[in-house]
Amino acid sequence: MAAERPNTLLTARDFQSTQINDWCAGCGDHGILRGLEKALALLGCSPDEVAVFGGIGCSGKTPYYLNSYGVHTLHGRLVPYAMGAKLANPDLTVIAVGGDGDGLSIGAGHFVNAGRRNLDMTYILFNNGVYGLTKGQASPTLRQGEQIKTMPRPNIQANVNPVLLALTSGYTWVGRGYAYDVKSLAKLIAEAIRHPGIACLDVLQPCPVYNNLHTMEWYNDRIYSLQSEGQDPVISNPADEEGNREKRTQAMARAQEWGDRIPVGIFLQDLTQPQFLDQIADRQPQYLNNPPAIQAVSDDTGKPLREMRQLFAELEV
Amino acid sequence: MKTGTTDLAWRIGGPQGSGIDRITTLFSRTCASLGQQVFCRREYHSNIKGRHSYCDVSVGPSALSSHAEYPQMLVTFEPESLCRHLDSVTDQGYLICSADDHDENLESLGYLDTRILQERLQQLEQAGLPLTAGGLIEMAQIRGVHAFAVPYKSFLSSLSDELGLTRKHVSPVINTLAVAISTSLLGVSRESLEYALEKSFPGQDDVLRMNREAIGIAYAYVQSNFSPIELQLRQYPESREQVLLLNATQSVALGKLAAGLGFQSYYPISPASDESFFLEAHERVPLVNGEESGPVLFQTEDEIAAIAMASGAALTGARSATATSGPGFSLMTEGLGWAGMNEVPLVVTLYQRGGPSTGMPTRTDQGDLLSAIHGGHGEYPRIVMASGDVESCFYDAAQAFDYAERYQLPVIHLLDKALTSTLQTVPPFDIQRLCIDRGMRYEADHEAKNPVQRFALTDSGISPRPLLGQPGGQHWLTGVEHTEEGLVTEDPVMREKMMEKRARKLLQAAQDIPANEKWQLYGDREATLTIITWGSNKGAVLEALAMLEEEGIRARAIQLRLLWPFPAKELEAILSTAAPLIAVECNCSGQMQSLIKSQTGRACEHLILKYSGRPISGESLYSALKQIYGGRADARIVLRNPDE
Repeated sequence: MAAERPNTLLTARDFQSTQINDWCAGCGDHGILRGLEKALALLGCSPDEVAVFGGIGCSGKTPYYLNSYGVHTLHGRLVPYAMGAKLANPDLTVIAVGGDGDGLSIGAGHFVNAGRRNLDMTYILFNNGVYGLTKGQASPTLRQGEQIKTMPRPNIQANVNPVLLALTSGYTWVGRGYAYDVKSLAKLIAEAIRHPGIACLDVLQPCPVYNNLHTMEWYNDRIYSLQSEGQDPVISNPADEEGNREKRTQAMARAQEWGDRIPVGIFLQDLTQPQFLDQIADRQPQYLNNPPAIQAVSDDTGKPLREMRQLFAELEV
Repeated sequence: MKTGTTDLAWRIGGPQGSGIDRITTLFSRTCASLGQQVFCRREYHSNIKGRHSYCDVSVGPSALSSHAEYPQMLVTFEPESLCRHLDSVTDQGYLICSADDHDENLESLGYLDTRILQERLQQLEQAGLPLTAGGLIEMAQIRGVHAFAVPYKSFLSSLSDELGLTRKHVSPVINTLAVAISTSLLGVSRESLEYALEKSFPGQDDVLRMNREAIGIAYAYVQSNFSPIELQLRQYPESREQVLLLNATQSVALGKLAAGLGFQSYYPISPASDESFFLEAHERVPLVNGEESGPVLFQTEDEIAAIAMASGAALTGARSATATSGPGFSLMTEGLGWAGMNEVPLVVTLYQRGGPSTGMPTRTDQGDLLSAIHGGHGEYPRIVMASGDVESCFYDAAQAFDYAERYQLPVIHLLDKALTSTLQTVPPFDIQRLCIDRGMRYEADHEAKNPVQRFALTDSGISPRPLLGQPGGQHWLTGVEHTEEGLVTEDPVMREKMMEKRARKLLQAAQDIPANEKWQLYGDREATLTIITWGSNKGAVLEALAMLEEEGIRARAIQLRLLWPFPAKELEAILSTAAPLIAVECNCSGQMQSLIKSQTGRACEHLILKYSGRPISGESLYSALKQIYGGRADARIVLRNPDE
């Protein structure tokens, strides 16, 4: 988890790479990218302690446009790549960025299982209801009966609700942002990164080329802020079982709102769950000081540094 | 290395869940404590409780390398084992069986395969014997097998009385009773068995007490009821130096730990998971300076995640691996390609089992060779290596990381189920033999402009490797074709350069890796009769070579360790003098043989195959080789044994 360092000299611009961006004009991806840059600057991160993992699709290109370690992985697999890096090098600030098709279709198994591990990393889900790079097929967040302009027939499959799925999968921070409100989005991303556990941020974003149903105008009319309506998402007292259950139920109820009113903000932040890195450190006391990424394995002459005699002795006759 | 003679070929059978595996380890440990070498193979069903499993233990004064298909002594405590194994016991051999189920009808055995049941019933009918366990025993006695009927039920009753425990509580020691009867008959002292018992269950006083009591009952019974037998297990006190008793999953795990494994992810699958479980139990390893390090072991949601996580960890500089078996490897191929494209040093330990599809999860096979070499879409360099025995698994597992980091590519370490269920005495590992190579690393130069050229074009194809989190080492990685900076490109010229750069690494590996790491030659170097093999068949090949040598038949054997890049150049000379060239492998199509042909142009004159899911034994291979030597053999010989 990166600590907030407000006096840092780095600005959002320092997190921009010099690569030419080939996203379409007006794509929500731009807003998320700006939000990420701002959040990293706000948190005072240094580019060489941040690793961003992308999946496949337009959103998967995000790592190229950021000045940090950028890893463009496979369709649906960004989270396990990201988790492997975080587990081996817990000092990294790890962010996974992937689309709704990536995370909720081909990578749904990883999406769910990531929630079972309260590992300190952030998963930003780019949610536009459509597979853009393959030219406009329905994504798993498109609702049953909906038909965007590229689809030959209306959608006959039901949708996955990413916020509800994240809540039931065990993510300890669950939020939703809107790509065209960069200022609020940057704050949400910063909150998600700052959260000492597994965070999932669903970001609603129009796809101006293919998704003619969920446009900027459509969202602008419906979005409201949970927190401005007084929702307190934080669970911090493990003893308050009833209160905590109430908060979880409330988060799930809000997650099901869709249509005339669509909530954004933080649905839940559970600070009572054990942190995964600590769980490893409980088993391996040296882990946080000497994690796998920096473990020396041999001396200058190539001789192993591990003392194996005890282990061999277990198998002696 | 020469394979020794066998003092004893011993088999125990029983239902899964009855502790056959554990009791075989106890017996093996007992034999090893007498200065004997032990080679044990285990066969079991994909089932938790009830279906049949058995173990073969070969015992002899010098290193053994193969199991025996025909035991001299069969130890049983229920009738299914009689149906499956009694026919395999050598004439004049010994049977330990239950006196309680003499009249049990064979048709009541629910787990017995129909084919075996029908064969036994037919044999008994022809011999005019009752269709019972007793009938089978009588049939064996006719051909000279000595049967020792043991009243297990009354033993268990007296144990339960003696210890004040219920029958249910004491019933698991039925296998200890059986083994103790056998060791007593074999002239092994009670103390030797008890010594092994204490080593096997350190500090478990209740278990020790119950088992000691059982041993006492068995020894007393043999003393007063059975006359001594001819087959006696000798002691070799002079060779009682320290040895390890372990299987391939343990050997691989220890090799990985010694080599500095930092991360291993896995999804449960037979027979690979034993290795990861062993590692997880040993995740805290002391360092020579008194501090501690150790790998993070991580059970993932599937094999796709396992290879992805291991790759993610490798990117940070950790020595990283995943271990799996056939179906898991199939799922991993996309991730393997990503590792190839991004030049990730990654070790994939692949324990082959019977395929295709779910196949035979607990039976051996060597059907994944070509999939290990070619599996996945597109072309990228990888190294494929295979271990031939339990001991070399340790050194190979360690060296796999050196190859991976030196050439920055995935290394597939091939093993097979036969090795995982081979429990063997091996000399202590010499950790000083390891020489760890971390490969070329990127040195951050703060004057240099970012981004780092992760995929810098070099003569060798190997680029200095920056790590995720290395200050000043920011870089991009991508599965898309890329520039030296790791940025997307579809430029035809850069595409060619990158394909060639990656390919050069494999040429470099083929050039660097010394011949003795690529293959080994055994037997008479000048002989022309040449066997070529890979993987666990090595053991059977060595035993067959020794048997041929005893008869004065000159033969030699090549064991391939490096399968990819294929050592075509180094094999050229020896293959040109081979007459005949005989391929030995455990699959149906002869994958190694077709690899040899495609890479060298040389066809094998004979193909000896086994694909029943059981490993090749030295004796069966010897018979096939004798046929070839006698000029009476077909080009394709399939080794078969319906009673395994």
